Amino acid sequence: MALPIYASTLERAWHWTYKVLCAAIFVFLIAPILIVIPLSFNAEAYFTFTAKMLTLDPEGYSLRWYENLLRFGVLVPDTVTSREWWTDVWANATWLKAAKNSVIIGFFATIFATVLGTVAALGLSRPEMPFRKLIMAVLISPMIVPLIITATGLFFFYSSPCDVLSVVGLSLECGRLTSTYIGVILAHATLGIPFVIITVTATLMGFDRGLLRAAASLGAGPVTTFFKVQLPLITPGVVSGALFAFVTSFDEVVVVLFIGSNDQQTIPRQMWNGIREQISPSILAVATILVIISIALLASVELLRRRSERLRGLTPQ
Amino acid sequence: MVETSTAPEAVLRTHDGRPLKAALARASRRARVRAFMLVVPLLAFILFTFVVPIGQMLFRSVNNPQFSSNMPELSAWFSANPKATPDEAAYAALASDLVAAAKNRTIGAAGTRINYDVAGTRSLFTATGRMAAKLAPPWQAALLAQNPGWGRDDLWAAMRAASRPITASFYQAAADRKLDASGQFVRADPESRIYVTLFARTFAIAAVIMGLCLVLGFPVAHLLATLPMAKANLLMILVLLPFWTSLLVRTTAWMVLLQGQGVINDLLVALGIIGEDGRLALIYNQTGTIIAMTHILLPFMILPLYSVMKTIPPSYARAARSLGATSWTTFRRIYLPQTVPGIGAGGLLVFILAVGYYITPALVGGATGTLISNQIAFHMEKSLNWSLAAALATMLLAAVLVLYWLYDRLIGIDNMKLG
Repeated sequence: MALPIYASTLERAWHWTYKVLCAAIFVFLIAPILIVIPLSFNAEAYFTFTAKMLTLDPEGYSLRWYENLLRFGVLVPDTVTSREWWTDVWANATWLKAAKNSVIIGFFATIFATVLGTVAALGLSRPEMPFRKLIMAVLISPMIVPLIITATGLFFFYSSPCDVLSVVGLSLECGRLTSTYIGVILAHATLGIPFVIITVTATLMGFDRGLLRAAASLGAGPVTTFFKVQLPLITPGVVSGALFAFVTSFDEVVVVLFIGSNDQQTIPRQMWNGIREQISPSILAVATILVIISIALLASVELLRRRSERLRGLTPQ
Repeated sequence: MVETSTAPEAVLRTHDGRPLKAALARASRRARVRAFMLVVPLLAFILFTFVVPIGQMLFRSVNNPQFSSNMPELSAWFSANPKATPDEAAYAALASDLVAAAKNRTIGAAGTRINYDVAGTRSLFTATGRMAAKLAPPWQAALLAQNPGWGRDDLWAAMRAASRPITASFYQAAADRKLDASGQFVRADPESRIYVTLFARTFAIAAVIMGLCLVLGFPVAHLLATLPMAKANLLMILVLLPFWTSLLVRTTAWMVLLQGQGVINDLLVALGIIGEDGRLALIYNQTGTIIAMTHILLPFMILPLYSVMKTIPPSYARAARSLGATSWTTFRRIYLPQTVPGIGAGGLLVFILAVGYYITPALVGGATGTLISNQIAFHMEKSLNWSLAAALATMLLAAVLVLYWLYDRLIGIDNMKLG
């Protein structure tokens, strides 16, 4: 946005102030995220730049906090390199175990959310869908309702999931869903569903329904039409919805704290414990790894968005 | 029109002889059912994992079985004698319930329930329970001899209130009201009025965060909307990266930056702006909560504002200038009114998300920067007064749903976009 030639001095001054202001806000947005990266290589157990770091002295930097991630929770910390350590690595390295749990829970929650959400979005985007607004409001609500409320409700419900059957006169004894993988996975799937619904219905908005009639007129059944015509065209939306769902699960801590146990220790839960007990620079090493993961995810979502716009005939602006 | 459609021979029919109107209605009904069937699996799933749990929480906020189910005889006496002062029959019922509850080891639960309303009474129940077998009529004298505390009026008022299986007393507690000796709810003493203050503080902090997000988000969204696409896309990454970064990472980053020996204080000391002993307390207070949450919620303000601003044609502003308006008038009279839908969408979204935040205030809020969510978590994890937690959560939920309804009315949830 160039300044018009007739701008007064005051307007020019304001224009430059405005630009500086915007630059400052961008720094506010991005600096806190980037600052953890150099600090995670600090050789000292400080959360600030030491004199050696500022003079770029190699002695001021080290990888000790990354190494610490492997050693954390190990009974005999000095055996990291030995074969015995690697044979029982999940039990030995708490952070690795948390990463494994996060990926398992995130993967299954994403599958549930994506399959159910995509099928529902297909129905919701049909013009003849009844009660569309109301159903949409219910399906989006897990994103709006504060996590602490969802977690509280789930905690009561999961403690004795069959209690609710007493309303219809059944009294069944069944186990509990707290401290189980399936409980956490179902809860995370619920939290991811609104994102899948939003992205897939947005993609379907630009979908030409004439293609469905064309396929039908050529003799394809509804299932063939879906897999051969519709799905390939909405795949970018589905995949970016799935990525949102995965990130939601991967980053979720309140529900895991309330309904999970030590067995369902995920990365955010482990970070939460680490920050609450005694914050050590190892947390910054984890944070750096997570920032790199989120850069990769952001890049894939951006690429998908452009591909989707190209497929739908919108020029990538 | 009217004559032709009422004449029987004019009814259009399909090839198998049914009236066309009925056939069309049937076809569209089947299409509606087919569309609905696609949504049914997800609705069932959400019902199971979301609607039922929250409904159960609502029920728990009024459900009151800990006393009434463990002290059945006394509860029966209360419902048979509304308003009566406790007589010998009441003490007899109390004694027999105490004996039974001590035997079933449920006396602690009943005592805990009364303890919520009258502090320090749990030990009265457990201590008497241990001696319950030695009690003998006359019951009133025996119990009062055991512990004179049994004659307290406020205790009897609390037991009467707790004997009802459905109660509003947790909501009364959540509104900072307590039982007095005559069984009426009155406002608690000023120093123990915590929840109303906390709700007010939560809404105030959320409003401040919303205002800051608007002030910071507006110029950035405007810049992104008016720059050429290639540059805007590049700068957009700076907005989206925080959005995709883990919440805990961002909170950790602010802890590192804001603490007493942290980067910001070190920088200010090095620049000589503050002295070594004048380090600012930026964290573990309201300032910390507001700074960190503004940063975390800022993308939720920028993105809706940006999508509205992109649709505003720049020619309107140029037209206003050509008609003699100053740049300030152009902004105030022409540009700003057109951005109002974006301000509404972003502001409401930020406010809704801020009101229910838990993680960030818990980590950087200290004593003065925590919100109502933290109190709910406290009652769930520490004090174990789950009914009060459920009542507080229900009140928060009601506030959020009103805002959600408002969002739907003003902006429409269909228009919610991501990234």
